Amino acid sequence: MRLTVNGTPREVGDDPDLPLLWALRDVLGLTGTKFGCGVAACGACTVLIDGAAVRSCQVAVADVRGAVTTIEGVGTPEALAPIQQAWVEHQVAQCGYCQPGQILQAAALLASNPNPTDADIDAAMAGNLCRCGTYPKIRAAIRRAAAMAQGAGP
Amino acid sequence: MTRSANRPARRLGRYTRRGFLVATAAVAGGVAFGVWKAREVPPNPLAPEEGVALNPWLLIDALGVTVVVPRAEMGQGVRTTLAALVAEELDADFAAIRVIHGPPAQAYYNGALMEAGLPYPAYALTERQRWIGRQMAVLPKLLSLQVTGGSTSTVDAFEKMRLAGATARETLKRAAAARTGADIAQLLTEAGAVVLPDGTRLPYPELAAEAAAIAPPEVTLRDPGQWRLLGRPLPRTDMVEKVTGTATFGADVMLPGMKFATVRMNPRLGGPMLSFDPAPALALGGVERVIDLGTGIAVVGATTWHAMRGAEAVAVDWGPAPYPETSAEIFAAIAAAFDAAPNSTLRDDGEIPPPAAGDVSAEYRVPFLAHATMEPMNATALRTADALEVWCGTQAPVVTRDKCAEAVGLDPAAVTVHTTYLGGGFGRRAEFDFAVLAARVADAMPGTPVKVTWSRAEDMRHDFYRPAAIARFRGRVAGGRIAALEAAIAAPSVTRQSMGRLAGFAPPGPDKGHVEGAFDQPYAIPNWRVAGHLADLAVPVGFWRSVGNSMNAFFHESFIDELAHAAGADPLRFRLDHVRPVHAPSARVLEAVAEMSGWGEDAPGTAKGVAFTHSFGTPVAEVVEVADEGGSIRITRAWIACDPGRVLDPAIVEAQMVSGLVYGLSAAAMQEITFAGGEVAQENFWDHDALRLHTCPKVEVRILQDNPHMGGVGEPGTPPAAAALANAVFALTGQRIRELPLRRSVRFVA
Ligand code: FES
Ligand code: FES
Repeated sequence: MRLTVNGTPREVGDDPDLPLLWALRDVLGLTGTKFGCGVAACGACTVLIDGAAVRSCQVAVADVRGAVTTIEGVGTPEALAPIQQAWVEHQVAQCGYCQPGQILQAAALLASNPNPTDADIDAAMAGNLCRCGTYPKIRAAIRRAAAMAQGAGP
Repeated sequence: MTRSANRPARRLGRYTRRGFLVATAAVAGGVAFGVWKAREVPPNPLAPEEGVALNPWLLIDALGVTVVVPRAEMGQGVRTTLAALVAEELDADFAAIRVIHGPPAQAYYNGALMEAGLPYPAYALTERQRWIGRQMAVLPKLLSLQVTGGSTSTVDAFEKMRLAGATARETLKRAAAARTGADIAQLLTEAGAVVLPDGTRLPYPELAAEAAAIAPPEVTLRDPGQWRLLGRPLPRTDMVEKVTGTATFGADVMLPGMKFATVRMNPRLGGPMLSFDPAPALALGGVERVIDLGTGIAVVGATTWHAMRGAEAVAVDWGPAPYPETSAEIFAAIAAAFDAAPNSTLRDDGEIPPPAAGDVSAEYRVPFLAHATMEPMNATALRTADALEVWCGTQAPVVTRDKCAEAVGLDPAAVTVHTTYLGGGFGRRAEFDFAVLAARVADAMPGTPVKVTWSRAEDMRHDFYRPAAIARFRGRVAGGRIAALEAAIAAPSVTRQSMGRLAGFAPPGPDKGHVEGAFDQPYAIPNWRVAGHLADLAVPVGFWRSVGNSMNAFFHESFIDELAHAAGADPLRFRLDHVRPVHAPSARVLEAVAEMSGWGEDAPGTAKGVAFTHSFGTPVAEVVEVADEGGSIRITRAWIACDPGRVLDPAIVEAQMVSGLVYGLSAAAMQEITFAGGEVAQENFWDHDALRLHTCPKVEVRILQDNPHMGGVGEPGTPPAAAALANAVFALTGQRIRELPLRRSVRFVA
């Protein structure tokens, strides 16, 4: 089975039922996408498929019909994406385990809604759990990323 | 900042043997200031003021400065603040330093744990009692207690790690003086280099080898007024990795040829496995092997998902649990503990009058709670002919090493433990069960590295829970003051169970952790007794963020509210009246939180509750505001005032306070672990949820620094949260809820 992951075609084995999460982590070694619950209850495994945020623990590789973007495809330590810069500016992460999923969920929100209200942010982020309670900083970083995209500059 | 801080972390991100050698050995051309000394005598804990000859916290090699932070980074920022302690005195370039966890070692014992264990209220410790605590630091050393817990990391490291930096700085200056003939008094240090009088810079890596041959001088620590790094918010050393998916958590360890596995242990915790049939699992694609672990099974698969699917398919006949089967029976067993003599009466002041009309009485209960770290339990292990290597996120690497060694029949010296980032700890990763299981799986497949990841259900249902507890309070108010207060608390003992697991014996004597948060609060109450009753129950219990405080603060601060109500007093004013005569820093956090929250003025349809707890050396007052939203309750805002004494990084302290509050509110509002048929009923976040972004209140934090003693920050934000919320619900609805979680009694906005 072949998938396009972060712009590159990748071979992910022959089990069509394998959830995308585990294809990414165990087959491709892209461990930035996290396992938290396996039942769509935490958002740690969030990736983008053609720009839409999905829970990769719930999507079988055979059902992936678009290009997959993981946290590794958003930006790198040497070249942070603006949303990651916003996360660094607000020093959002504590343990950090939920943050790749939070960032991809927020990236999908901002792509479709460049200037989200608090209610928009609430609705978009409700599925992403953070046991460290970084929510206030996540909200601030989303606002910052939105402002950066509106030209407020870094 | 971002690039340089991250570069080394990436290099060390994959845990290869070579990577580790580079970090620990001087042979690669680097100088480890005392890393090798860790295998000899650890520094004398009784006289740290005289300077430590060589120290185990600093490595300088051709690549630059590496600080060993031998504490688990689980989100609390320890890799930033502890590294800054060294960098401050060393005059290192903070943006360029690398941080590693380092090996398990006796030298990294946590000396602050013992003072925390003294059976006195921390706010009232005398200098003599603190001195005794320091002498007792010898115990963690002898026991090699390299533990991240008890909110002690910064307190423990404050002197040690600054000395590590200062000693190295002065030694490097001596090396520069010896090489150049310059007068040492004329030498400066700055941004990772010794600067000669003519301005020439000698970077530390160039001097390190010569410095290693020089006996380190005695040093004096800088006055805090000279600090450039400490006392201000620093960019966290782990931030860039954590927003780019490049931070390596235990679950992310990848090794060549690695297999993926999971475990399924008896859900009747501690019970036997009577029989199992692996055939249904082996018939599934991608399932490679089913391993008998005695009280459960491990399944090895092509991926973790194949292993988990296989584990569910194994047909198992589980034996019974060694404790009563239902929550009702378990609570009955806890209640029965009141009938036996108390284990402790750590507060026993004045005379408790016999019951009389007008007394206020209340019984409270709290449930078992899971830690539910975001990253489920996991560990990776490789068994070779004569050695074992383990990779995991652990709060107790020395114990983990020893227990893994025991499990596979090796000498501890043959076991290496690599501590990764922790995707949450909260006390759960102070246990070693997940590492030992991985070691045993690896033992069954020598030569092959194996990563053992638990499913969320396995994690939720095989925890060491915050104990369920029952508390009975009786009090009397007269003239607006508490005249008498009698409390009895019954629960299984975390201390006894965990010491049994760690050391094989349960310590005798009063169990302080069992009653902390109730007996040790700075209230002026003339007649006051707090008794702790230990329930003998085999339900696994463990350290849950703030431990005994997490339940006792709910009991005590709910009851203080009830007494305030009985006295017709404002609950915040009432607390102040009792706290002010005893402990000024505690009174000041109450005053601060009153001011911040606009205490006394509530918008229509809203109400506020307050609670206060002195825990881990830090007084914290919290006000929570709730609003009625169409018959449901929304937690709208919260205010925290804390005084941890000298603050090394205010941004990290603030983040920890918010985190502690959210953790406590989540549990108070919605979480419980219940038992049916001897098994935990909850499985996942859908039935053990937490606050989320849309239900999280706006939080404001004020940090005071008047406390003369440094306190912890990782846990003290949690204890007041439950009572502050319950007291707010009372203020809003008139309903006094004495049982958690609150959602049993009221509905919260979902
Ligand atoms: S792991 Fe997919 S939503 Fe939790
Ligand atoms: S940062 Fe730890 S779970 Fe979100």
